[in-house]
Amino acid sequence: MNEIIESVKNLSIGFNSQKGKQISILRNVSTNIKKGETVGIVGESGSGKSTLALAMMGYIKQGLFPLKGECLFKSEDLLKMSSRQLEKIRGRKIAMIPQNAGQALTPNLKIGYQIDEALKLHTDLNKTERDKKISELLNKVRLPSPETMAFRYPHELSGGQQQRVAVAMALAGKPDLLLLDEPTTGLDVTTQAHVLELLRFIAKDTGTSMIYVSHDLGAIAQVSDRIVVMYAGEIVLEGPARKILKEPIHPYTYGLLKSIPKLSLAGLPASMPGSQPQPGSINEGCSFYDRCNLANDNCKKNSPDLEHIKELDTNVRCFNYKELLNQNNNLQTSITKKSNNSEANEVLKLKDVSISYAKQKFFDQLLNKISDQNPTVKDINIDIKKGETIALVGESGSGKSTILKSIAGLLKTKDGQIKFEKDRILSSDLKKRNPNDLRAIQLIFQNPDESLNPNHTVEQILSQPLKLYFNLSGDELKKNIIDLLKKVRLGEFYMSRYPRQLSGGEKQRVAVARAFAAKPDIILCDEVTSALDVSVQAAVLNLLQQLKEDLGTTYVFVSHDLAVVRAISDRVAVLYQGRLCEIGPSQNVYKFPSHPYTEVLLGAVLEPDPDIKPKLVAEDIVEEKPPEKGCSFQGRCPRKIGDICNSEVPPWQIGENGNAIRCHINIEELASLQQ
Amino acid sequence: MESNLITEDKQKNKLEKAFEILKTMASKPSGLIGLTIVLFHVVLALISPYIAPYDYKAISPNTMLLAPSAEHWFGTDSLGRDVFTRTILGGRTALTVTFFGSLIALLWGGLLGIFCGLVGGKIDDVVMRVVDAFLSIPWILAMLLIVSLLGTSTEVLIPALGFFYGKGIVRVARAATHDVIAKDFIVSARARGHSNMSIIWNEIIPNVRDAILVEGAMRWSWMLLGFSSLSFLGFGVSPPTPDWGLMISNARGLMSFAYWSVIAPIVGLSSLIIGINLTADAFAKALGIDRSTKAPV
Ligand SMILES: Nc1ncnc2c1ncn2[C@@H]1O[C@H](COP(=O)(O)OP(=O)(O)O)[C@@H](O)[C@H]1O
Ligand code: SF4
Ligand code: SF4
Ligand SMILES: [Mg+2]
Repeated sequence: MNEIIESVKNLSIGFNSQKGKQISILRNVSTNIKKGETVGIVGESGSGKSTLALAMMGYIKQGLFPLKGECLFKSEDLLKMSSRQLEKIRGRKIAMIPQNAGQALTPNLKIGYQIDEALKLHTDLNKTERDKKISELLNKVRLPSPETMAFRYPHELSGGQQQRVAVAMALAGKPDLLLLDEPTTGLDVTTQAHVLELLRFIAKDTGTSMIYVSHDLGAIAQVSDRIVVMYAGEIVLEGPARKILKEPIHPYTYGLLKSIPKLSLAGLPASMPGSQPQPGSINEGCSFYDRCNLANDNCKKNSPDLEHIKELDTNVRCFNYKELLNQNNNLQTSITKKSNNSEANEVLKLKDVSISYAKQKFFDQLLNKISDQNPTVKDINIDIKKGETIALVGESGSGKSTILKSIAGLLKTKDGQIKFEKDRILSSDLKKRNPNDLRAIQLIFQNPDESLNPNHTVEQILSQPLKLYFNLSGDELKKNIIDLLKKVRLGEFYMSRYPRQLSGGEKQRVAVARAFAAKPDIILCDEVTSALDVSVQAAVLNLLQQLKEDLGTTYVFVSHDLAVVRAISDRVAVLYQGRLCEIGPSQNVYKFPSHPYTEVLLGAVLEPDPDIKPKLVAEDIVEEKPPEKGCSFQGRCPRKIGDICNSEVPPWQIGENGNAIRCHINIEELASLQQ
Repeated sequence: MESNLITEDKQKNKLEKAFEILKTMASKPSGLIGLTIVLFHVVLALISPYIAPYDYKAISPNTMLLAPSAEHWFGTDSLGRDVFTRTILGGRTALTVTFFGSLIALLWGGLLGIFCGLVGGKIDDVVMRVVDAFLSIPWILAMLLIVSLLGTSTEVLIPALGFFYGKGIVRVARAATHDVIAKDFIVSARARGHSNMSIIWNEIIPNVRDAILVEGAMRWSWMLLGFSSLSFLGFGVSPPTPDWGLMISNARGLMSFAYWSVIAPIVGLSSLIIGINLTADAFAKALGIDRSTKAPV
């Protein structure tokens, strides 16, 4: 167990800048991977975690080069090997599973054939042995009906199943070390939980060492024995998983853990100021200095070394770590938010809304009618009160964005009405809405890289709504832009910047400012924090909450992340396949009794806590289309009671604490089933 | 006042941006060489009427096929005209015709491409079919037809070349527009209620402009080759206008004993084509456009 498989010693990797300066993106990294151990490497985007992982299989990305140090695999330096020697090791001794493994599969070749190729390449087995091995591997990664799986094509598999195939291929050569770079990022919550469970099982079963790279401490917590925390190209904390997650003694890790929203906490997570420095921008002192609340003058001038603390079996890079010893109880706190006045007026009402993407037949087009018996989104009834934050949650494809688009007028509804203010019906055609209604409803998107025009300066971006809705120009326009920037905590000098000159969090702040420029009544937020790093996400959530409290804006907040929703929302609506399953005040939706789908979702949430394991109650299959009749969740429901679920649409039942659940199981019975 | 300041600021930014791009282009040897060649040709074309030592159309039986000398640097041709004079003036013709030709190609190709990308659906399908059909006709045949019907004046040649070389630009502009309209910033502008014109002008054009310009620059060098080929075949500008293609064509029979009359126009033509090509490539790289993926065919 204590045999060291791979050892990284004083590794620095860098590149030459355009000005000819040498800039390092990994600095003095040292760590050991023991046999049978799973090491989680966690850090924000740009912290150098993927560069480190790739170097550990002897691969340096183009444009980068090692500055010093070595990567010893069984005491041989991978960085000095010829590509011939490396070929012998990669796949056989060290295998890798990339983030989009599904996309790495060749689309026109059968699964079995592709695994066979991997076996030919990495083993010396003969044909019959290989065939046996293929079904063994498919069994091992627990794919459904492994006998037929070998004859299927990648596109016939769900994302989670493709990821399993990638794991099977990586295991083909019986590697000693498995590298996983964000292997579950981009998968749905339930799928993610399943894949992680599989990885944990395989690590135990085969004794393979694993390096698990991720930005997601929740995922890392589920699989790792040991955790390495990276920040700005350095290891800042390293130790046993439990110690790191429960008693983080580095200010960055501490802040990171605090900034993750948790299911058990109702309020908003505390945010860290600022963002990670760019490579090459730190010249002296601790790289975390400008975001650290324990920093002092010493930290500004001197950079701390990685110090080994024997009694904790931990390495930490901080002068003042002692102040964080025994602070762990503080991790379980959050910022309470002002809750909404439940007596407030209704501002938006969705009445029997159905939306269809089906291609319309010629006659229907003539009659301007949409006919689709089984539309993507069906029978949505939601009343939204002024000043509240209502969240729509569900896995990808559940119709969240579709609903937002039709509220914004970007998508025609098939049936039903969208009413604004006092029962005034909003046209489902954007062009027919009056300008004031357009102003009143604004959108913020997931990815600011896509939602901000790369050719416009921040000033141009913010002046668009101001000119359009308020006809501002000259001094007044400029004054308003500066005010808006101030509102989202950005300085005046950002005006002349282009989006590419901003960090992810700054870009999203500009997008928020653009939405608020219209002085809207309602803002539709579509996964607005999903593309951001955790420490930045918390800051954006807090900003949104602050603005809402100041200005009385109503949010319709779409997210797949139940913990984020818990933190920000007053009310939650759970969607499955475009149908509502449950709706109610958020504190109640997060308590039992729940709709069986909500139960599955809550069970699959990955918390950054080794003691909270996900509960896997439903299969992670993917359904292409909502069922024609009956309950929308019938295909995956672990509590399904029988034919009635397939034939009849379940009734709404109101629980005692005010959440409405749509299920055939009596609500009290549901409560006792779920304890 | 204040708004004036802002616009001034922006203009300065634009100038700075252009300068930035030039600097990036010149930072690589290939870009620097390309720029230098193009600059050399442009300057020469501008000043050629003033520095030309002889009359380009002065025929003189006494000076037929003279070898290069102090009086006639590049020698004389079979009609006794000074080759140096005709070469530098020939560059002027080539540059003028193809520059305006490219401009026309850019305009109609870019606009039609953006339009198709925007409307999509049936109209886009039909228009692209028609464009494809045109693409499949050998352009040189079509040019020959046009020229024989309408004559070979520059008023005919420029629009005709512009028309044929615009087809490729349609495809590039259409593809770039397709990419851009799917982006959330367009959705965002639509949801705010901006007019279509404002969306095209503010959101789409700035984002497809670079790809279209690069394509135009590339087409320019091809058009130069095409134009010279036409002249070579005798369907380009009509004699005695000094023109490289024409000069090569006239002198090709005399290659073996009067090589000078053909070398100069060949060097002029090929260096300009290479120069424009290198420049267009450097331009694309400086703007961050990968031509291998944006290539029209
Ligand atoms: N433009 C479209 N054309 C056809 N189907 C679409 C389109 N956009 C989304 N869909 C389908 O509609 C369903 C809901 O999608 P979406 O609203 O994007 O879900 P979510 O935002 O919850 O992930 C999915 O099955 C998706 O495949
Ligand atoms: S060394 Fe100083 S600045 Fe760096 S993390 Fe520790 S306390 Fe903060
Ligand atoms: S109605 Fe039936 S299938 Fe649907 S959630 Fe309830 S038990 Fe499950
Ligand atoms: Mg979505």
